[in-house]
This record gives sequence, C-alpha cells and structure tokens, in this order.
Amino acid sequence: MPDVPASAKCVVIGAGIVGNSLVHHLARLGWTEIVQIDQGPLPNPGGSTGHASNFIFPVDHSREITDLTLDSVRQYRELGVFTESGGFEIARTPERMEELRRRMSSARAWGIEASLVEPAFVQELVPFIETDQFIGAFWTPSVGVVDSLRAGTIMREGAVAQGALTTVPNVEVLGLDVEELPGGERRIRRVRTDRGDIEADYVVIACGVWSPKIGDMAGVSIPLTPAVHQMISVGPIPQLAGSAGEISVPIIRDMDTFCYERQHGADMEVGSYAHRAILHEPEEIPRLDQAKLSPTELPFTDDDFDLQLEQALELMPEALGADGAEMRYAINGLLSLTCDGSPILGESHVKGLWTAAAVWIKEGPGVGRAVAEWMTHGQSEIDVSASDIARFHPHQMRREHTRLRTGESFIKTYGIVHPAEQYESDRDQRLSPMHEAQRKAGAVFFEAVGWERPQWYGSNADLLEEYGDRVLPREHEWDSRWWSPIVNAEHLRMREAAGVIDLTAFAIFDITGPGALASVQRTCVAQCDVAVGKVIYTPVLDHKGGFRSDLTVMRLADQHFRVVTGGAHGMADKKWFADLLVDGAELTDLTDRISTIGLWGPQARAILGELSSDDLSDDGFGFLTCREIQVGDITVLASRISYVGDLGWELYVSFDDAAALWDRLLATGEPYGARPVGIGVYATTGRIEKGYRAFGYELDGERTIVEAGMQRPKVKAADFVGKAAYLEQRETEPAAVLCTLQVEDHTSAAGIRRYMLGGEPILTRAGEPLTDGHGHHPYVTSAGSAPSLGRHLLLAYLPPDRARVGTELAVSYMEELYPVTVICADATAPFDPENARIR
Amino acid sequence: MVDVLVCIKRVPDVGGQVLLTADEQAVDGRYVGFTVSNHENSAVELAIRIAEATGGTVTLLTVGPAEAAEQLRATLALGAHAAIHVEADPAALGPADIAREIATVVTEKEAAGADYDLILLGNDAADTGDFQVGIRVAYALDRPVVGGVSAVEVADGSLTATGAGTDGEVSYAVPLPAVATVLEGGAEPRYPTLKGRMAAKKVEIETRQLAGAPSGAQRVRLTLPPPAPSTVEVLGEGPEAAGAVVDLFERLGVAR
Repeated sequence: MPDVPASAKCVVIGAGIVGNSLVHHLARLGWTEIVQIDQGPLPNPGGSTGHASNFIFPVDHSREITDLTLDSVRQYRELGVFTESGGFEIARTPERMEELRRRMSSARAWGIEASLVEPAFVQELVPFIETDQFIGAFWTPSVGVVDSLRAGTIMREGAVAQGALTTVPNVEVLGLDVEELPGGERRIRRVRTDRGDIEADYVVIACGVWSPKIGDMAGVSIPLTPAVHQMISVGPIPQLAGSAGEISVPIIRDMDTFCYERQHGADMEVGSYAHRAILHEPEEIPRLDQAKLSPTELPFTDDDFDLQLEQALELMPEALGADGAEMRYAINGLLSLTCDGSPILGESHVKGLWTAAAVWIKEGPGVGRAVAEWMTHGQSEIDVSASDIARFHPHQMRREHTRLRTGESFIKTYGIVHPAEQYESDRDQRLSPMHEAQRKAGAVFFEAVGWERPQWYGSNADLLEEYGDRVLPREHEWDSRWWSPIVNAEHLRMREAAGVIDLTAFAIFDITGPGALASVQRTCVAQCDVAVGKVIYTPVLDHKGGFRSDLTVMRLADQHFRVVTGGAHGMADKKWFADLLVDGAELTDLTDRISTIGLWGPQARAILGELSSDDLSDDGFGFLTCREIQVGDITVLASRISYVGDLGWELYVSFDDAAALWDRLLATGEPYGARPVGIGVYATTGRIEKGYRAFGYELDGERTIVEAGMQRPKVKAADFVGKAAYLEQRETEPAAVLCTLQVEDHTSAAGIRRYMLGGEPILTRAGEPLTDGHGHHPYVTSAGSAPSLGRHLLLAYLPPDRARVGTELAVSYMEELYPVTVICADATAPFDPENARIR
Repeated sequence: MVDVLVCIKRVPDVGGQVLLTADEQAVDGRYVGFTVSNHENSAVELAIRIAEATGGTVTLLTVGPAEAAEQLRATLALGAHAAIHVEADPAALGPADIAREIATVVTEKEAAGADYDLILLGNDAADTGDFQVGIRVAYALDRPVVGGVSAVEVADGSLTATGAGTDGEVSYAVPLPAVATVLEGGAEPRYPTLKGRMAAKKVEIETRQLAGAPSGAQRVRLTLPPPAPSTVEVLGEGPEAAGAVVDLFERLGVAR
C-alpha cells in the first residue's frame, strides 16, 4: 500500500462527485500539488454519490441552487455522461396544481423550458401511468440522468494526467493539525492519516455525510446530518425491457406522495421522501468492512416504505405490478441535510480549511467549480453566499439544531413551502431584551438567525378599522399566508406619527486599533476617513466588483469604527471584515451585548426630545451622524439614519437597558400616536416605498453598484476591494438596471385580487420573455405593499432598453399576466422622492 | 396438494465484518439490518415451488422476538400463505428449546386439522450455527429427516431430496411426512413483488407464547474467529481486464 505524499499545496478529503469536481477545477485553474484522499476504494468509495439516483430536475425556487444545477448539467453534458429523458412533476390535488403554476414562474424566471400539461400528455410518453391518479403535470424536457461516478472518474483522472493531482484511496483521516498564530488566528497545517501525515496550505473537507466528523478534528462545526432516503428497484419490467440504454421514459415525480419513479434499464427505481425523518450521526455510519453493501446503503426498513409502495403501484399498476417484476434492490440510502437546506461551502474559521459538503448530485460539478474559483480568486462567478459556511450563528452549529430542523424539513423535500414559511422546531433560541413586552403586545414572531422578531403586533389590530382599505387587504389565502394587514396599518401609523422597531437581530462589531481606518477603508466602497461621529452607508464588494454586503459604519473615534449589518449575513460579513484586517486592527463582536431600537416617523424627534435633554434638532444632530445621548439614566448611542424613509434614529443600547428604553419610548410615544411596529414594515413596506435595496434580494455577488443604481458621483482615492472592477463598471453600460414597478391591475381571471410575493417573472405586456445583457430573464427580487402609495410594488432588474419610467410590462403570477409599469428606473424613491421626510 | 411448513429465523444480515453485541450474546445487526439466512431463503423458495406445483400452501414459523414479524412479512411477500410467530427472546433459548417449540406447534396444529407433509428448515442458523434444530424436530415428531439437501421434490407421497455428498450428488427418497434441512445453492430465491408485499401486509400472523421453559444446552457467549487475512488481487486495468472480470463473476456464480 502506497503512503501519502508528505506535503501538498492542497489536500482534498473525499472522492465523491464534489471532491472529484473540485480537484478537476483546481487543476484547471492552475493549482498543482493537489492530494486527494478517500477512506474507500475508487471509483466508488462508498459515499452518497455511489448510490445516488442521479437524476436532475433543473427548476428550483432558489436562484442559487438553479444556477449551480444548470452549471452542473452543462458540465455533465460536456463530459458525455448526461442522458436527457424529460421529467414530469405530477399533481394529485388543486393545491399542488397551484404550486406547479408557481414552479412555472420559477422556470420562466430562470429561463428553463417547461410547461403545464394534461394527464393524457403524460401518458403519451409514459404509457403505463394511470391518468385517473392525477390532474395535471409540470413538464420539463431538459430533465435527465447522469453517471456521477463516471463523471467523477473522468474529472479526477484528467487532473492526474495533467500532473496536478495525486489520488490515494483507502486512506483514513486520523486528525487535522491546526496552528495558533500570533494574534489568535488559527491555520490548518497538516492532515494526519493512517498512511502518514501530509503538510498542507489548504485542506478541503468534501466527504459528504462524514464531513462533521472530520470538521470536529479541527474544531470546525459542519452542521449537516446524514439522513435516510429510501429507494427500491423493481424489475424486470416488460414495458421497459425493450428500451435502449439506461433511460428513455421520462422521470415521474409524484409530488403529493413525495415519491419518484425513474427508469433504470429494465428496472424502475422508486424513491421516497414521504417516510419519517430517519437521521443518523456521522460517527455511527459503519466502516466499509462493517457494511453489507456500502457505508451509506443501510438496511432497508420495509415498514417505512409500505404506503409509498401502494401509491406507486396505484400509479403504475401495469408496470410495477407486472408478472416477474421483483424488488431486487432496496436501501435506506444516506444523504446530507442541513438546517436551512443549503450546502455548506467556503473557508471555515480555521484559515486554509475549506468545506464543500451537503451537496447533491445535481449541484456537484457546479459546486466544484464555484469553490475552486473561490479558493483561487476570492469569489466565484455564481454567487454562493447562501451556502457560505460563515453564515452559521453559534446556535445553528449545534447538532441538535440540525437534527430538529431537518427532522421538520425532510417531509418538505417535495412539499409546498410558502416563501415566508417559518420553522416550528428549536425556536426561542435568541430573545431580545424586550421579548416579554412584545409577547404581551401580541407579537407574531418570525425567526431571523435564531432571533425571535415581531413581524407585526396583534395589539395593533385596532388600526385596521381606522385605515380601512388603505391596508390593502388580501383575499387569497396563499397571498395572505404568513402575512397580516396589520403590517400595513403599522406602516401607515409610522408614517403618520411614529413607530418603534426592535432591531436586536443586527450583527454589530467594532474595528479598533491603529489599523482600524485602513481596515475599513480597504473593505468598504464609501469614504470611511470621515469626521468622528459620522455614519457611513456603504456597499462592500468582492474582488470582481459584485456585492458582498451593504451595511453601515459609524466612526466612533479616530481608531474606532462600529459596523452594523443584517443578522442574516452578519456572520459572513464579520468573517469578510476579519479576513481584511490590517496589522494593528482588531475585531470585537458586540452582537449579543448591544440591542438596537429604531424610532422613526414625523413625531420621532418630539418623542425622543421628551426623554432626553440632548440637542436633537437637525442642526444639532444632523442626518448621517451619531453620538451618545442620555435618555434619563440610560446611555444610548443614537444614529440618525433610516431604512424606512422617515425622520428618526437607530438607538444602540446595552442589553441590560434595552427593555427599559423600549418601554419608555412606547409610553412617551403613546400620546403622539406611536406604536410598536414589526419587521414587516422595516424589511418590506417601509423600504420598498423608498426603493431601498436589500442584500440577498436585489444585491448579491452577481450584481454591481451600477446595475443597482447606487453609484455616487465620485469614487474615493483610497484603494478598496473591488475598486478596479467598480471603476470599469462605471465606464460601461450596465447589462441590467434595477427598477421599481407598480402593479396596475390585480384582478385575476377568477375575479380575485392577487398580490405577488417575489420571484415572479417580468414579461412583456403580451407575455413574451425579456432578456438582459447577462442573458438572464427579469424576475421580481422583492415584492411588497406600499401602503402610503396605495400600491403593490415590485423590484426587478430589467434589460436597459426597458428600464425607463413608464415602460409597460407584465408580471406572471400563478400563470396569469398582470399589467405593471416602471415607475422608477434608478434608486429614486417612489415615496417622498426628495427625501424631505428624513430631514 | 402438499402443505409445507418452513421454519425461519431473524438473523443479522452479515455481509462484511461481524460485530457482536456488548454482552456477547448476539451478533450486532446495527449496521447490516436483519434478514433470514440464505439457507432458509432457499428452503422458502423450494416450498413455494412445491406448493405452486401441487396446489398446496406454505406456512412460515418463527421463534423469535417481536421484531421477527418483519422477517415473517418479508417472507410472506415472496408467496407464503400463513405465518406463526412464537414470541420469545432467542438469547434465552438453545436448539433443544427451539426444536421443542416447533414440534409443539406442529403437533397442536395437526391436531386441529393442519397437515404439514413436509417441514423445511435451513441447514444451520446464520448467527448461532447450532446445526441441530432440524434433526431434533424430526426426532420429536418421529419423522424421517434428510440433512444438507439443496433440492427437494414431492411425488406420490414421497420426498426426493438431493444434495452434495463427498463422492458426488446424493439423492434420498423418504416417505412423507418428513423433515429436510436445506443448504443454499439449489434453488435461487426470488425477490418480493410489490403485489406480494402488499398481500403480505394483509395476512394475519398467528402469535403464540412459549410452550415450555428453556432447558438443555444454553449459550454462554459468542466469540469471533480471528479476522481472515484480506488479500487483494488486481485483475487488471482498462478494457483488457474485462475477460478476467467475467471469469471471476462466473466463478462466483453471479453471471452465467
């Protein structure tokens, strides 16, 4: 048995589809001295790739996952291992038909050919299906199957042939050695194995269900859980016996029974996501020599599958019930699930130690390319920030959290999931200091990275009568699910008087020391060398000029900056800043020590003025400035800024004092008409009326400042990440332009007023697709009520020739067209365009 | 019309390394799951063929824990007609106890009108390997028994059983009713069909309690033999290796 090389530039742990794609792309990008190891033999080391059903349905509601899937399909095609079969997702209920209409929206938005078809059409291509079992189907001609083992072999052997890679199978990882550097930074040094140690600059954990076990060796949490997906193979089936090749009959996804039927030669493979969630621990997966088939093909548990068997037989009685068709193979196959359904990619908090896990066959090669690019250039072409390992907050790194959440979400694999749907398990992880008062006020809590945030307050229901139809009530259950007209009532009251908003979920960290200014300057686009007491709103870019974030920075002292950013990507932002610190700068996380309360509205100054004797006048406390004020005995850092477009402050206060400040603001505000206001206003209605962009919706790694209409007249002299790219973007016509559109008519064919929720395609009035300069098709990045305007607004990137005020277009919602008009073709606010109210 | 009784046992489905439970009283099936042994699967296959050929029935009998119902259902799905489950902790029972329980069931069922012309068992259990139960059952019922056979045929009130002997194939002819213990290899067991699995769900399993207290030889503990040295032979690489692979598959009996 050969030993492993003693040193490597990069060690990739795992030779499944992810590890193999990764070594291929690293070699393609010029990496050499790559060593790939796996505990199992080649070409099938026994992980999830080896038993995957290998089919790919390209349409997903997530753009990131769809992009990775489309990129993977392209690569599989180039490798010659893709067989197009077409695929149907069939609906047994009207609710599912509606979900398939929503799937059409995603297909149109991502530019994937698809259509809704009658059962008879399905039967033409799948003759043995019973048409009385379902009412319609979603047809995707480009569905296909791949040979993921062959693909991996070709990619791996290509890298070996190129001289970039040494692959050693049957090697067990015993440990990861991490070195503590001065300043507290931890860096990967070597991989210890049963065949010797490998010194390495980079190590990538790409070993699927075993990844958490390997991550633990370096103190890195890789929060995924091995979960069972049951699968049987039935055959020989006479109707398939004559067909050539692996597959010629389209794949059926029986969405309402959470099952699929997929031809494999003369056999039909039936897989299920309908059974109870069966979760395992990575440490309890058998070793290769202990397993009957392979470590990830566990014994089949018949009882869990019986119902699906019956349903599958009803759907295809002639084929699955044919004489001689036997269940020849049945497994409880292990795959990886995460708490939010996204993969786990990117560099961990240990420098040089990367992850590429919780990836399915349909994303494998795309992930391999993205991670290789990220390791090489600092970012990938496809934005994968929703999969960044840095996104996890401490409560999400607990194995229990992953178990509870995946236990809840497993059944939703084929489920109808509303875009605003909340998890029920493992809630109440992070409570703001005023949680008790909010509960008493009837708050309906939505979760944001563990924080329980009031989305709206039941106690504000009295406002509904006051505002009547101005709250834009929604008649359709889907449109109004996880929504309340109270959100819009709170909005109107804030605009009329004032709103008090809990923003405790903000991630807050300080950059201090002699290197502080240089650190924020190189990280942020905006000029940060400003007077102490200034507040800076700034984009943060990656090296190629895409968005990493947008956030605010306060200069609290010469060598002291405070960064405030959204909770959702706060941990990733923190890592980005930490990675860019210069010598003599230090980052301190204050998220769990400082609570933020927003106070906005025309009465904000009067209310705060009653509580504080500090000068709050526009002259004494100008817009985009911050300073400490006294609110009675409470010291508050007040920042005059607004994400809702009204006069007011973000008030930063220690956790100990936050509840008292909250109560005082509401008590003092009451005679002024102030109310507690939920995140429904802060995150949607308030911002959309003002045309404010949100990271993760309008802003991501594939969008530029110019496309988002956020460029300022000047670019600062100091260098910053992405500057060169940004300067170039400023000199080039944008390929797409972010616009605000208003819906002109909401009435559906059935006479019901419908309200889009986001993700819908924007088409011409006649329903023809549009294409921007990237080759992308416009879709709604954010949708929401604009109660002050009495309108429902949509944000979308349009082709530049359509990005003109007054352009008439249409939005497709549940396969009906609704007329829309462009009302802003840049960052101009639809409401209060002069920003007079903020002053 | 021949009614066949087949005795099956829930055992770990060992394909790789065998692990023992912490108390060394059983094989650990955590990673591999549970099944019935290949010998018993062959016995079931032979029984189904005889029942099909003669218009008879196949009744399954197991002595085992509550979970053994899974193996009864899985085997019913192959085409057996009825199942009897004597619920017991197998760790407390030796081969004499198992044989006594089987004999008791047969005696009582036959007194009630059943007629098991043929009783088939596996040659030996996959986990405990006692090699005794079939012979003891025959002795208790005072019936002829043939051991280690891989093919059986029934005709004119007589059983013809064939197996490998030291000097070649050996055939036995014994009058019915009789007992035979089966070695795998003679009849390739079928897999379940979907319809069979669903029909199996509808069969009501007759559950019974132990007829007598444990007696006779009892298990002290299981021990594992030292691991066999593993040898790897590389058959070749690329298309040139195809011939060697086919030869190997034929030798292993997985290709013909």
